[in-house]
Amino acid sequence: MAEKRASRTLSRRRFLVETAVTASGASLFGMGLAFYAQQANALPAYVIRPPGALPETEFQAACIRCGLCVRDCPYETLRLSKLGEPVALGTPYFLARDIPCEMCEHLPCVQACPTGALEKSLTDIDQARMGLAVLTDQETCLNYLGLRCDVCYRVCPLIDEAITLEPQHNRRSGKHTKFIPIVHSEYCTGCGKCEHACVLEVSAIKVLPKQLVKGELGKHYRLGWKEQEQAGGSLIEGIIDLPDRLPESGL
Amino acid sequence: MKNNLTSNEAEEAAKGWFMAHKWVLLRRISQITILGLFLITPWFGIYWSDVWSGDELDENDAPIWIVKGNLASSLTLDVLPLTDPYVLLQSWVAGHLLETSILTGAIIVLVFYLLVGGRVYCSWVCPINMVTDVAASWREKLKITGGMQFSRATRYWILGISLVVAYVTGTIAWELINPVSMVYRGIIFGMGLAWGMVIAIFLFDLFISKRAWCSHLCPVGAFYSLLGNLSMLRIRATNRDQCDDCLDCLRICPEPQVIKPALKGAKKNIGPVILSPNCTNCGQCIDVCTKDVFNFGSRFNNKVKS
Repeated sequence: MAEKRASRTLSRRRFLVETAVTASGASLFGMGLAFYAQQANALPAYVIRPPGALPETEFQAACIRCGLCVRDCPYETLRLSKLGEPVALGTPYFLARDIPCEMCEHLPCVQACPTGALEKSLTDIDQARMGLAVLTDQETCLNYLGLRCDVCYRVCPLIDEAITLEPQHNRRSGKHTKFIPIVHSEYCTGCGKCEHACVLEVSAIKVLPKQLVKGELGKHYRLGWKEQEQAGGSLIEGIIDLPDRLPESGL
Repeated sequence: MKNNLTSNEAEEAAKGWFMAHKWVLLRRISQITILGLFLITPWFGIYWSDVWSGDELDENDAPIWIVKGNLASSLTLDVLPLTDPYVLLQSWVAGHLLETSILTGAIIVLVFYLLVGGRVYCSWVCPINMVTDVAASWREKLKITGGMQFSRATRYWILGISLVVAYVTGTIAWELINPVSMVYRGIIFGMGLAWGMVIAIFLFDLFISKRAWCSHLCPVGAFYSLLGNLSMLRIRATNRDQCDDCLDCLRICPEPQVIKPALKGAKKNIGPVILSPNCTNCGQCIDVCTKDVFNFGSRFNNKVKS
């Protein structure tokens, strides 16, 4: 009887120890996986998600890596991340310098997404915000050097809205005008056609994550000329005549 | 007595090579055909509309893919959506609201595996199964024994932990490292370093631990085995009174613990149906048995013959 009880205690003990071993091993593994998953949340700046993609942290929960967006992309712009690439495994992305987004009118990639990782509420490709083009290098940009390259401006699907050319005096020659490409975040979709088309060996204009490049004015900030435009005239009537401060003894 | 013949040779002598490999051949055909359906359009440029629609393809016809996507989610002939319920469960746990369209696909898959047995996914669909089956047979041929031992419950712990990690990190965590989807997606969309994963699993199963991946660690198999608790299609040890105790079935079975109750339970009043959800319905026991003890059947009529 006592023997039987002893063996039962022993087998219970063995069971508990075995369970503890497996549970601890699995938990350690889980911690490793969690740290890795946190790392995988960080998207390299040069990687662009398809149009309509949720913000990266939400995208990681929503995208099931089926590749249906890739299949319906007519220009083979989109690809799925492979093992070893610095993008969360199996998720879709594109590199503008390789193949940019051609901004299909009917958004086949968004239509194909079964989970809503690419938001169906995006129905107008002009409203997509995949990133923001930035003229990152003013030292090599040919237009900045005073030449008339204009390629980024010409290829922009939203020419004269997303990219405009602003005339500026060329102080080097003293008599010419530089046409400086300016990107307007209000219109830029981040399609990457400018980055793709830039004639330099390394593109001087690049599409980057919007939150990385965009500044933000303080909420209290008011731009006088805009306030004036809105009000239809100066907010302060007349010219304020401040007292002239002259040296006291009139030196 | 079996003289000097190995059990495989004895089996072949008894039934002929083909019948001794019937189910393994059918499983390989199934695994390769399903993969092939994903590849037939991108590799060979064959579209449904080309082949089957009566009129010639013109500019207005959008070419229809045979099967588009991968095992995580796919679209067959532009109408049938299928979604892996485990991936979807992780997505939901990670905090993403599920849409009806994708739920439909997951429910179709769930119902299918509830009928045929959850782990039919493992033995009839999963590409890693081919790798681990080969590793297991090489291990046997090279007479490699010992190595690490994992509890068969480990996979359920990993399954649970993968859901916890999905919740905590808000990501579909297992899909970051899942060899099954990595390899499947790799073959269809581009491998990257995923071949390394195939080799790693092969070597692990061959040298380090017997049948480690599929029968001890993989949470995908664990998830599907949960569906197997109610599955209709089961393997039965119908002619168990013919068993000559050669142990071939236990040797070849990836989950040998599932066979014993059904095969040897007559005296304990246990019926002949293999009810364990860990049985993958692979049919290797049917192939290997010289006495034709096993066959496919339903889970019903599980009475002990008097």
